[in-house]
Parts: sequence; C-alpha cells; structure tokens
Amino acid sequence: MRAVDAVMECLKAEGVDVVFGYPGGANLPTYDAFYDSDIKHVLVRHEAGGGHAAEGYAKATGKVGVCFATSGPGATNIVTPLTDAMMDSVPVVFFTGQVRTDLLGTDGFQEADTFGITMPIVKHSFMIQHPTEIPRVIHEAFHIARTGRPGPVLIDMPTDLTRVEIDYEPVGDVRLPGYQPTTDGNQKQIRLAAKALANARRPIFYTGGGVISAGASAELTELVRADRFPITSTIMGLGAYPAPDPQWVGWLGMHGTRTANYAMDEADLIVAVGARFDDRVTGKLSEFAPRAKFVHIDVDPAEISKNVPAHIPIVGDAKNVLARLLTEYRAQAADPSRLDAWWERIDGWRTQHPLRYEDSTDSEIKPQYLIEALYEATKGECVVASDVGQHQMWAAQYYHFDHPRRWINSGGLGTMGFGLPAGMGAAVGNPDLTTLVVSGDASIQMNAQELATCAEYGIPVKVFILNNGYLGMVRQWQELFWDRRYSHVDPGRWPDFVKLAEAYGVAGFRFEDKTTLVEDIRRAIATPGPVMVDVRVTREENTYPMIAPGAAARDMVG
Amino acid sequence: MGEPGTKELLSLEELEASVSGRSGRKHIVSILVENKPGVLTRISGLFARRGFNIDTLVVGPTDDERFSRITLTLDGSNHPIDQVTKQLHKLVNVLKIRDLEPADTVARELAMFKLAADGPARAEILQIADIFRGRVVDVTRRSVIVELAGTADKIAAFERMVRPFGLVEMSRTGEIAISRGRGET
Ligand SMILES: Cc1ncc(C[n+]2csc(CCOP(=O)(O)OP(=O)(O)O)c2C)c(N)n1
Repeated sequence: MRAVDAVMECLKAEGVDVVFGYPGGANLPTYDAFYDSDIKHVLVRHEAGGGHAAEGYAKATGKVGVCFATSGPGATNIVTPLTDAMMDSVPVVFFTGQVRTDLLGTDGFQEADTFGITMPIVKHSFMIQHPTEIPRVIHEAFHIARTGRPGPVLIDMPTDLTRVEIDYEPVGDVRLPGYQPTTDGNQKQIRLAAKALANARRPIFYTGGGVISAGASAELTELVRADRFPITSTIMGLGAYPAPDPQWVGWLGMHGTRTANYAMDEADLIVAVGARFDDRVTGKLSEFAPRAKFVHIDVDPAEISKNVPAHIPIVGDAKNVLARLLTEYRAQAADPSRLDAWWERIDGWRTQHPLRYEDSTDSEIKPQYLIEALYEATKGECVVASDVGQHQMWAAQYYHFDHPRRWINSGGLGTMGFGLPAGMGAAVGNPDLTTLVVSGDASIQMNAQELATCAEYGIPVKVFILNNGYLGMVRQWQELFWDRRYSHVDPGRWPDFVKLAEAYGVAGFRFEDKTTLVEDIRRAIATPGPVMVDVRVTREENTYPMIAPGAAARDMVG
Repeated sequence: MGEPGTKELLSLEELEASVSGRSGRKHIVSILVENKPGVLTRISGLFARRGFNIDTLVVGPTDDERFSRITLTLDGSNHPIDQVTKQLHKLVNVLKIRDLEPADTVARELAMFKLAADGPARAEILQIADIFRGRVVDVTRRSVIVELAGTADKIAAFERMVRPFGLVEMSRTGEIAISRGRGET
C-alpha cells in the first residue's frame, strides 16, 4: 500500500479518531490518504490553532492529540504549540511535511529545517529517512508521547518518501533501548515517605499537572483523606483533588491563596507530586518553605532536586507510588490528633484571608464576579479552557474543579491565543460536557480565526471575553512595579466582538449588566452551537493576592 | 535580587553572584548513544542552552555497530553538571552516561604538530619529540609533522616546549576515555 495509507492504518491502530491539521504542498500525499480515511480531520484555520486544539483534545481526554502541518511556514506555525506542549507535558504527535529529499538543504521552496528548529522543544523527533520505517516511527512516536512524562513528538516526512508503495505490516511492540521510564517507585523510599508523613505535625500535599497526566486523582484523593492532610496544587493541577473541599486550601503560587502559600511557608513536610517547583510557585527560592523537608514524587528524575533539594526522592508514576504510599501510610497507624494544631492555624488563615474582591454596588461587572456567575450558571459542570492573563487567574480562583481534565490552560509557556483552539479541541474530545472558553480582549485576537472552524464543524464552545480594554496583566505590572507608566497596554481600538462573532457565523452577545448576568449567561450557553460573548468588565482591576516578583511567599500583597 | 518584571536595576556583580552550584572540576563525560540522526545536535544543544562551554568532543564507533560513544570534556567550574546529565538521560537515543572520575579513568588524546624545522633547530625538535615519545610522520626540507598521543597535560607540555621553534599549526583530537578496571565505562 502507499506509505501514506500506512500512516492512516497506524493512526487507527493507535486509536486516533480525530486529528487537527492544515494541508500544503509538502503533505499533499498524506491529504490524499485522508480523502478515503475514516479518521475525522478537522481543518483548522491556522496551524497554531491546530497544535493548540490537539493539546486541548489531549488534556481533556488523556489521549494523544494529533496535528498535521505542511513544510516551511506550516511547520514554523506549530513552533508555539510544540513549545507549549513541551512545557506542560502534553502528549501530542505532530506530523510535518518536508520538501523532497533531493531538495533538503538547498533552500527549496517552503523548506525550513523543521527538525533543527524544533529540536529543543520536543520530547523527541524523527526525520523519516526511508519509507519503510514510517509505521515503526509512528508507533514509537505515540509510545514516547504518552508514556513516562508525556510530551510532544514530531515526525518530519519528506514528501517523496511518502509517495512510495511499501509492504505494510502492523507493528507489534516498540523497542527503544535508550527509553525506559521508571514507573515503579522504590519501596524503601515509599516507606520512608510514609514514616515522614506519620511523624509530620505540619504536613501538606503540593501536587501538579503530573497527577492528572498519571490519572492518579483517585489515589491522591484517597491518600489525602486517609488522614486530615491539607492539600494545595499548582494551577496546572486543578481538579486532581476535588474542590471545594474542607482539606483543599486553594492553589498556590503568585496568585494562589494566602492559606496555601502560608501553609507551605510553615509546613514541616511537603509532599510534592508531579509538580516542578516553578518560580511562579516558589517565589523567592531561598526563602521558600524554609522549615520543610521534601518528599518529591515524579516520573521524571530530572525534576527531582532541580530547584529544591528533595530529602526523600521517589522516581515513579504517581498512580503507582500514591497507591503504595497509601498502604504504607495506613500501616503506620498515625494519630490524627497530631494535626489538630496545624488545622487550627490553617483554619485561622482561611477565615482571615479568603479570596476576596470588592464587588460593585451598581450594575458594573467585576471580572471576578463574572467567573463566579459562570460557576453558578453552570454548577461547575463544564470544561473550562482559558487564555492567558488576569482572566486566567480569576478563572482559576473563582471557578472550582472537582474533576481532573476539566481545567485546560497554558501554565508553563503562558501562551496567549491558547484558549479558543484548546477549548475547541477539548470540545471535540469531550462532546458530553459544555466547554467554556475564558479569554481576554487581547488573547482572543491571537487565534480568533478558529471561530470559523467552530462554526464550520458546529463545535459548541461558549467563549466569554473578559473585556477590560487592556492587556490587563501587563497593565497590572506596570501599575504596581513600573510607576503606572502604561506603555502600550491600551490598544485604543478593539474590534466589535459581537460583529466579529457573527462574521464568522458564531452567535454573538454583549453583556454589561451585573444584575441579569447569571440569567444572561444561561441564555448564551443554551444557544446551540458556538457562541462568543463580549462581557464588559471593570477596566482597571488587579489580580490579587499576589507574591510580588522576587518576593517570598509569606509576603503576599493585596 | 530583582526580576525582569520589576524596574529595579541589576548590578553586574549581582548577576555574576547569582550563578551558583559550581562543581569546580573538569569533567570527562562519556555518553553511549544510538547512531540516529540529530543525536549529536541534541546533546550539544542541552549543554549550549545551559551556557556550558564544551572543551573537547569526540565521536567514534564502539564494539557494537548500533552505538557510538561520545566523549566530551567540560570545565565544570562554571556550571553545575548534574542537571545537564539528568537531561541527557532523558534523550531517547542516549543509552548511558558516565561522568568519569579522573582518578579512575584513562584518558588520551592524539595531536599533530607542524613545526618549522630549518637548519639546527631540526635536531633539537627531533630530540624533544623523542623524549615525549612523539613520532615524526612527515618531513619536508623546511618542516616536520610530529604525532603525539597522551594525556591532555602531556600534549600541552610538548606544545610549550616546541612553540619557540616555530609552531606552524597544531591539531588535537580531544580526549577519549575509558574507565579503569573490569567494568564497562
Ligand atoms: C503570545 C504572548 N505574547 C505576550 C504575552 C505577555 N502577556 C501576558 S498577559 C498579557 C495581556 C493579556 O491581555 P488579555 O488577553 O486582554 O487578558 P487580561 O490580562 O486583560 O485578562 C500579555 C500581553 C503572552 N503571555 N503571550
């Protein structure tokens, strides 16, 4: 069969039911194979949209996302989603077309050194050398993308090598001698960790996106509830432990809750699971959690002791390790009352410093209120994909996630333009749940073209733009740290978002009145198909609380 | 120290002081890799991204044709090395990495020196080469090429000795290394 038909067979064998992509000269052969294939292909309107859609699909379903692009500009357009997927450990396989092998290195038409350009931003990549290796490479790519610490894998396919007849034989298992992720945690270390937990008087669980990747929410929840352990997570880890909940102290870091940050500051034992001590979490590293010993559980050994030295490192899959840690912990028969004083302290912070904002006294919509209204109108039964900026922080603060894979955001790279395509991919992957996209008036314009894709395929995302007329997060930093010198954060002119929606064939609304907001939201969400809502919110509102850049967590402001 | 987000200016001293965790010794890193496209670029990229200067780098076949051995030397006094070796382990085409302990390692390199050797200097050069167990591999009326194998220190010492006679050029391979004793490197 043709090599490109073998590509389709391999995708099927990997359980792929939908891909996102965009054709061009160098991947014409592959697109010819799509013509007869049962695999659903979503034609995006920009390859960056395709890459983020594949990420959103992967984050919402736990399956590997797939994105196709042509050579040259198609390939350079996926550089941002590739980097994003690398930073947030998202399993996506990217297929790029490449010029014919005899043109390689000659600056042939639409040639870009895709393999070279993307090398630092992939978990692994392949450049096809011979048509017969295509099937094996595809299965290796999927295997690498989904196992260990997940991540993006790229396959660059010179067009002539895809125009060949090959003998296709289904590939059994893949064998990669240099790739053997450790999934089984060391038993001795797990026992040590259980002892440390049993002895700790001020313990806290600090979890990250890794728990969600590992599908370890149930194990985490059971372990945390095996005693009255307080738990916080990174913004990437929301939903792994159900919130709200008495043991949940909110997320931590730059815009996390005071309770979570103070608890980390005073903890004597921090159990980090699938989290990487990012600078947005630790604040000033030298003053981070000064009293704590660290248990660090991660499938990626390179994360352990990277930023904070671990006292009890455990390399392994979170699902495996947490289940065994639970057994070991139970065997310790620890006395729960040792945590009484700790909870008194935590509850004190909780009462004294809840997340709060000053609501308007008239019909003005505060951005935080909008998120609360979204939560109320949907009862939390949604997937929420977010863009990047203040709205992202408010969405994470005021919407609550009681299931994993419901909160989809760009945490590591902070990619504006992520929200709409990622929400689109999530909606395609999980059609049973409503998908909300929370965006900003600036972010939405970075991939607004995907509204056309949503309209064409009837992908029913409900987009809410927190329209403050500013590049809000940057404005906030200029206000707080650069003497209010507002440099290029007020674009002056904005499109009419209602007309923009309608131009793309998407229902458009504008909401400006707080008093009817919850009802209005229900009406917008009940509108069939894709919807975009321009919500006029307070112009200069800051995201609080905040650890100022370079400051210690205990010195949160606002 | 300030962060890019704040307007407070940084002093150069602060910047320099913020580089921490130096190991303070030279490292010889031996990496067993699959013979796959791009593997050398991936490895050198991991070092480059973290600001390492690779002093020498040698790639060659091993006793198993599927694999090559890369030997590189680094001045670890500028950067902590364990983060980069952990990252190297994650590369799919990397099988094994050893940060070799100098005391337990035999390291050698090969160098060739082209020397101006007119008249009386010639005899003296040949004598020095002999002391260093170098071999003359090419002779013309006005020059000789000396080949020399040994530790990096020995080669540097030879270079110091012959430089005054007129060193036309020198080419060095960089060190290869193998661990002492029965175990595999
Ligand atoms: C691609 C990209 N460019 C620039 C930035 C820097 N940046 C972070 S937040 C932000 C402003 C976002 O504005 P908006 O989408 O309106 O959201 P708001 O903060 O107002 O809620 C900018 C420019 C970024 N994160 N991503």
